[in-house]
Amino acid sequence: MIANEPDGWLTIAEAAARLRSGEVASTELTRAALERIRATDEQVRAFITVTEEQALAAAAQADDLLRAGDAPSPLTGVPLALKDVLMTEGVRTTAGSRMLDDLTPPYDATSVARLRVAGAVSVGKTNMDEFAMGSSTEHSAWFPTANPWDLARVPGGSSGGSAAAVAAGQCVASLGSDTGGSIRQPAAFCGVVGLKPTYGRVSRYGLIAFASSLDQIGPFTHTVEDAALLLQAIAGPDPLDSTCSDEPTPDFAAQLGEGLDGLRIAAPRQFFERNDDGHNDDGHGMDEGVAAAVEQALELLAGAGASLDRGASLPSVGYSLPVYYVLAPSECSANLARYDGVKYGYAARGGQSMWDDMEATRQHGFGAEVKRRILLGAYALSAGYYDAYYLQAQKVRTIIRREFDAVFEQADLIVAPTTPTVAFRQGEITDPYQMYLNDIYTIPANIAGLPAISLLCGFAEAGMPVGLQLIANRNREPLLLRAAHAFEQLGDWSAQRPPLATAG
Amino acid sequence: MTDSQPSPNNAPEAFTAEQVQHLAMLARIGMTTQEVEGFRAELDSILSHIQALAAVDTDGVPPTANGADLLNVQAEDAARPSLPVEAVLANAPQREADYFRVQAVLESS
Repeated sequence: MIANEPDGWLTIAEAAARLRSGEVASTELTRAALERIRATDEQVRAFITVTEEQALAAAAQADDLLRAGDAPSPLTGVPLALKDVLMTEGVRTTAGSRMLDDLTPPYDATSVARLRVAGAVSVGKTNMDEFAMGSSTEHSAWFPTANPWDLARVPGGSSGGSAAAVAAGQCVASLGSDTGGSIRQPAAFCGVVGLKPTYGRVSRYGLIAFASSLDQIGPFTHTVEDAALLLQAIAGPDPLDSTCSDEPTPDFAAQLGEGLDGLRIAAPRQFFERNDDGHNDDGHGMDEGVAAAVEQALELLAGAGASLDRGASLPSVGYSLPVYYVLAPSECSANLARYDGVKYGYAARGGQSMWDDMEATRQHGFGAEVKRRILLGAYALSAGYYDAYYLQAQKVRTIIRREFDAVFEQADLIVAPTTPTVAFRQGEITDPYQMYLNDIYTIPANIAGLPAISLLCGFAEAGMPVGLQLIANRNREPLLLRAAHAFEQLGDWSAQRPPLATAG
Repeated sequence: MTDSQPSPNNAPEAFTAEQVQHLAMLARIGMTTQEVEGFRAELDSILSHIQALAAVDTDGVPPTANGADLLNVQAEDAARPSLPVEAVLANAPQREADYFRVQAVLESS
């Protein structure tokens, strides 16, 4: 974001130090972010809404606090971006959908309110697949977002705008949401850090609901330390979300610097199976370049003192994708029933009856992927099919969860690839199920409610970034961040910037 | 719930256009004939993958509704301020006085 950085981008930790020392003002940082957005967003298209005026006002307030020595958080004065699925009082929030074309929320999401209290500056709302359903941000009702590493490729999704904005240096960090990989997959595709916390760690109040038993808000950052700092600001109990955990909030950065020595890391074989053609027996599996980068990462982990268990097994983890594509559509079909054209949002009028108007509202307000999932959910929940699909999926979910519990009796962490491939080209994947396969390695952590992080571990074909995923047991984010931070120090990948950035 | 559950070991019957139309009616989504056919083919394909779940032995396994260990969260039964009426109605597509306006819900018989 700061053009004269010698390597990498400005991090939250660095920005906090400079803001506190008075070396730089929040107003300057915020102007630099807005300038960078102006210079690059015609190509990247990460933002649906840029809130220049509000950002500069928030920056001026942050500067007052900083000058008085009253900065409440390392985030005070730091320019961030918010996925457009988070309610922001007074700022248009669309969830990437025509249905919410002109919604101006009357309240803030809890995570957004906490960032305001911390004195963070929001520069705008980022693009996403409609209602967070998708893996490429091509399902946005507005426009696709480009991958800053190669503008012809997708940034991943659904939080593609938040990932691309950080990768392109348009903000220091951002928030996304992850229901089946929507933070980790775009983080991997864009070469940044993406963290999905334990289910219930961050309040979902004001997060426009997709699948309530899976949705979780989390940060995109340049470094693991920054992920800890941003999570610290948004985590914690909230009476407004009944599934928000009342578990005490730990110091997420407490174990950073403790290294990998003595950590037991399981590499369950189901995550690494591949045939000579790069696929496992199900026709999935990592591409060669991804497999090579991930293998190298495993060697680095072992070389730095972690013990690696390649015999670990999650026998039923392969059912995660079908479980997800029953549970998530079922929950979405219930959650999206609220878009009826009555209270807010797009509304068709002029039909013969209220039902005509409602059907027309939902016909024209929703895009194809959203309709597909609503129909699938309505099917899985309908009389005669409930036991075979919804209930069976919930039972298999129990089995998958128990298998994770068993692995965590012998291991501190699980390592896996984040995605089977690097970022694909815009328009390359048209079959819905092929698109869903992008999330085969990320969905299991959502199914089991586990915290998981993706971080850059190398580059594959065409210089595209590859993500490594680490998964911890519930509420073990400090340990997860410790291991990720230690791994990050083993290479200089994160010092690399996308070509877009160096040209600009 | 009825007794007419599909046998879990059989391949799913192919999706019919009538089924898609029925689901669209349940979900209140208007749909052209062309859209019905598109969704029919796609749902058919997605469902053939999901069908793999039927092979898992879940005898005696309880369902899991969410991934956390959260149970019976209770809130104090106390009033707290809610949004002002004007703020709630500000996004209404159509309003009349302090109400959301819609077409008549009850049809005359």
